[in-house]
Amino acid sequence: MPTSFIQPEFKVKIDYDKCHKCGRCVQQCGWGVYSFNERPIPDDSKCRACHRCVTYCPAHCITIEKNTLAYRENDNWSPDARKAVWRQAETGGVLLTSMGNPKPYQRIFDHLVLDACQVTNPSIDPLREPMELRTFLGSKPDSVQVESDGNGGFKLAEGEGMHNNVKLDTPIIFSPMSYGSVSLNVHKSLAMAATRLGTLMNTGEGGLHADLYPYQDNVIVQVASGRFGVNPDYLNRGAAIEIKIGQGAKPGIGGHLPGEKINKEVSGTRMIPQGTDAISPAPHHDIYSIEDLRQLIYALKEASGYKPVGVKIAAVHNVAAIASGIVRAGADYVYLDGFKGGTGAAPQVIRDHIGIPIEIAIAVVDQRLRDEGIRNNASIIAAGSIRSSADVAKAIALGADVVAIGSASLMALGCHLCQSCHTGSCSWGITTQKPELTRRIDPEWGAEQLVNLVHAWSHEVQEILGALGVNAVESLRGSRERLRSIGLDEQTCKILGVKPAGM
Amino acid sequence: MAQTKYKTEPIEGYLHVAPEVRVEGDITVINSNAVYYKELNEVIREVVAGGAKHLRIENVNGQRYIGTGLAGKDVKIEVHGTAGNDMTMFMDGPTIEVFGNAQDGVGNTMNAGRVIVHGDAGDVLGYGMRGGRVYIKGDVGYRVGIHMKAYESLVPIMVVGGKARDFFGEYMAGGMLVLLGMNTQFAEQPLVGSFLGSGMHGGTIYIRGTVESWQCGKEVGIAEANEADMAELTPVLADYCEAQGMDLEEVLAEPFIKLTPFSHRPYGKLYAPM
Amino acid sequence: MTTRPRYREESSFKIHGGCGLMGICDESGELMSGEDAILAMAVQHDRGNGLGGGFAGYGIYPEFADHFCFHMMYHDLRAKEETEAYFDQHFLLDLAEPMPTRPVKGITDAPLLWRYFMQPYPNKLEESEMSGEDYVVRAVMSINASIDGAFVASSGKNMGAFKGVGYPEEIGHYFRLEEYEGHTWTGHNRFPTNTPGWWGGAHPFALLDWTIVHNGEISSYGINSRYLEQFGYKCTLGTDTEVAAYLFDLLLRRHKLPLSLACKALASPLWDEIDRMPKDEQDVMRSLRAVYGPGMLNGPFAIVLGFNGGMVALNDRIKLRPLVAARKGTKIMVASEESAIRAVMAEPDLVWTPKAGEPVIARVKGMDWPIHGDLHLPPSEISCAVTGTEQSCDSVEVNA
Repeated sequence: MPTSFIQPEFKVKIDYDKCHKCGRCVQQCGWGVYSFNERPIPDDSKCRACHRCVTYCPAHCITIEKNTLAYRENDNWSPDARKAVWRQAETGGVLLTSMGNPKPYQRIFDHLVLDACQVTNPSIDPLREPMELRTFLGSKPDSVQVESDGNGGFKLAEGEGMHNNVKLDTPIIFSPMSYGSVSLNVHKSLAMAATRLGTLMNTGEGGLHADLYPYQDNVIVQVASGRFGVNPDYLNRGAAIEIKIGQGAKPGIGGHLPGEKINKEVSGTRMIPQGTDAISPAPHHDIYSIEDLRQLIYALKEASGYKPVGVKIAAVHNVAAIASGIVRAGADYVYLDGFKGGTGAAPQVIRDHIGIPIEIAIAVVDQRLRDEGIRNNASIIAAGSIRSSADVAKAIALGADVVAIGSASLMALGCHLCQSCHTGSCSWGITTQKPELTRRIDPEWGAEQLVNLVHAWSHEVQEILGALGVNAVESLRGSRERLRSIGLDEQTCKILGVKPAGM
Repeated sequence: MAQTKYKTEPIEGYLHVAPEVRVEGDITVINSNAVYYKELNEVIREVVAGGAKHLRIENVNGQRYIGTGLAGKDVKIEVHGTAGNDMTMFMDGPTIEVFGNAQDGVGNTMNAGRVIVHGDAGDVLGYGMRGGRVYIKGDVGYRVGIHMKAYESLVPIMVVGGKARDFFGEYMAGGMLVLLGMNTQFAEQPLVGSFLGSGMHGGTIYIRGTVESWQCGKEVGIAEANEADMAELTPVLADYCEAQGMDLEEVLAEPFIKLTPFSHRPYGKLYAPM
Repeated sequence: MTTRPRYREESSFKIHGGCGLMGICDESGELMSGEDAILAMAVQHDRGNGLGGGFAGYGIYPEFADHFCFHMMYHDLRAKEETEAYFDQHFLLDLAEPMPTRPVKGITDAPLLWRYFMQPYPNKLEESEMSGEDYVVRAVMSINASIDGAFVASSGKNMGAFKGVGYPEEIGHYFRLEEYEGHTWTGHNRFPTNTPGWWGGAHPFALLDWTIVHNGEISSYGINSRYLEQFGYKCTLGTDTEVAAYLFDLLLRRHKLPLSLACKALASPLWDEIDRMPKDEQDVMRSLRAVYGPGMLNGPFAIVLGFNGGMVALNDRIKLRPLVAARKGTKIMVASEESAIRAVMAEPDLVWTPKAGEPVIARVKGMDWPIHGDLHLPPSEISCAVTGTEQSCDSVEVNA
């Protein structure tokens, strides 16, 4: 019998004429692809095409190619489908994968185009004229009540006005990614960058390491079903608190951080013993219904002196009604995670087949909250494969207040989307706890990469606003009139509230 | 006051009175009362083509394009009243003196010549101006001196005697822009608004008095005007004072600051080639 | 006058255009001839393209100061008969007459123009349990929505809107405005870039005594209209003027913001500027911007809001449309060009460029503020009234 029906997915080719025989590839690979015997010898079956070796090879002599096995042609049974069957026949396991849904679903963002001003109204030059991205995350009143200040001016009436909002200098924040799933250096990079950018990072469900305390004003602390690291001190450190109900990559699924990843530091941050599995139940067992959510929201507010409390959900079919319930339950923001969002580990069948696109979720939630007259009561954060500043602008035009970037932020730190986070051997030192790998990211460098990325996107959003002839992001938010669709069916256009190009 | 009131059959007369032209000594006088801008400017071009060197236009009220595209270094035009939009746009040589206020767009893309306004002026003055001088006596509006530029021997100069609103010297690429803050009707208001020199990447702004750094664009450096600067500025001020009937000593009694751009390429680092 | 939209769907589109405007108010309440308003618009002739001009005059019907005056446009006699039957049922009519007009070259295709001075039947008003203003708004809505070919151009007390297709000076003379005297006048010159003009679509837009003339393009229209929908307003005309009107209604009448703050919400100071304000003011402005951000009018505009107590002129926050103001004695005047002011105001005491986002406010002595305090109708009922409905309004246009 063969050891496996599954052949290596990639071929590692080394041009030995150019090879320095320096062994750097051996040292760089986190998967153990290379052995060294006078020269590096690759084992193709271990390669995940993360390109760490390619990037660091001083001779540029490594190429990684797709192993184009001659699968017998069959449009119905794709090579991937066949491989999955073989893997499961061998192991009897649920297929585990990571990062976002790679299936060729329609990408709605790529079927939306933005407007620009010509003649009848002027475009605005974002470099020289004000172009405001400042955004407040949280619940706002429906109106502002003022009273005379006695000097001919006005002041807010007692208790009136906007309270407990988090000021963001750009509408781009970092997605929740737990310490445990990513390394401490990644968390530090994100926290330092968020502070410098005047925006937010999010702890994810793994607690807040003490090294991040200096950046806590720019941190959302998350409370998930596992309640890792949650205590009053934790709740009071964050700028806002987030209840995680679900995640776009794995709606309805809990989490499982294997014991081998629970080293001393992770153990201390999560407040669980070293080496134990960190298991997040699928639901919060104190939330079986919407009124229970309200109870938890207010418990968190009570415990934190009324910090903003948001709720993160995966975008699923009934997302509009769910979001409406969340807002009515007292959430200050609702975080929508589309079905292309990333993950540190998820069953492939869940990641690839559950949930709805973020574009649709934003559109229906924003409209629903408006229809119910409660849009001001909560902000909308949108995430789930925001790939560029264009996606940011389109998400905002559809109705999001803020977008969150996870995959893109990890890419800024080197991630090459090899979809192997769940192995814990990330060669880039991102989704691993192995000290020899995690030290590959210097937080100072990481923060700079992230600041660069968000600055560049923010500049590009300003360019887009300028072309649209508005100079504040609130004039784009929900302004679907400035979007047109190309090649979307009528029903989708209707749901998005966007007209086809030409109308 | 330039107006004609009608109680009957009014429509024809509002803006379509034919201009009256008469000659007084060596001055050609044009009465523009209720004359449509097109007829007025036709007459101006006609008399200039016929050799007139000194024109006086009376009862101007809002007629656009006076002096627009006009050439001739020795032509002098007096405008009495309120000059309309885009006065002296593309002008290449003549001198225009306004006894009254000017509206928006004076000196738009002007090449050469002199514009003297003995009053206030509106928004977007000297847009893309490449040469010549514009001397405003009083206050001005938004985006004044926007994108003034210099090229070889063409160096535009604009002097504003009063105060200015936001975006003064925006995108400035060359030439000299001067703000005195003296002849103003807004004693209480700041000398100049926000976004001063925003996007500036060439030329010099001189201001009599001081500004706060938050008022300035991020591309602008502020310094006290030194001796060399004053040597450059003083002849311009002397010329301005003569044109506006002001006392140079009084103008020079307060110190000036000088605003210059940090870089001729302020956005070099903004872009990353793919 | 065409009555039906040729392209009904057109009402869902944004209409573009540029324009000129004026407003003059004598704060002492002294009356001025409408000819001044005509003159001010005539010198701004080239800001329009002849597809729409109009005026609003206040204090012009002192002999009927307590009557609601309906300025009506009818496509045909049948529409007139139907409307008059409606009036008979709901109002005590004191005078009905054709609008005085004179033939003017360039003005063609005018609808039938009538005016009515009326008061609600006391018993019907009582039965309705509404204020007089609410009663009138409901009538306006009902006529515009259900009587084919009828359009209410204005419906306030002691005021009227005079508008149509043509240059404003032609429209002004057509309506013989020099024969009227008012304490406040506003005027408008349209430059629509598509759709042939429609008489009802010219500015000012009016509801009760409240009128709006507007120059510019509101680039934030998309979100402004969605924001208003949240409060029950339906933006059916696709025009900037419509959203501006409803936003003023929302902020002033429903949320009871002081006028100066309502203007600050619609043309907000920049965040940098807010950050430099003293604390109390900063708190107010931060809240105003965060709460009313979706309503902020972004993009170039100059607007004049007229009402029986005076007028308010407002510019966008970075001054992308022209606006000049002047004062002479008790008179305050605003216009797109200074020449318009000079045409009617010899040697003003002060001529100035208003600061971006700073309203120029003129209040007639002894008149009530805030406006429309006694209107209680929900916005869904007002929306149709201001705009006409999809059925009665024709080719959508407007703005600027």
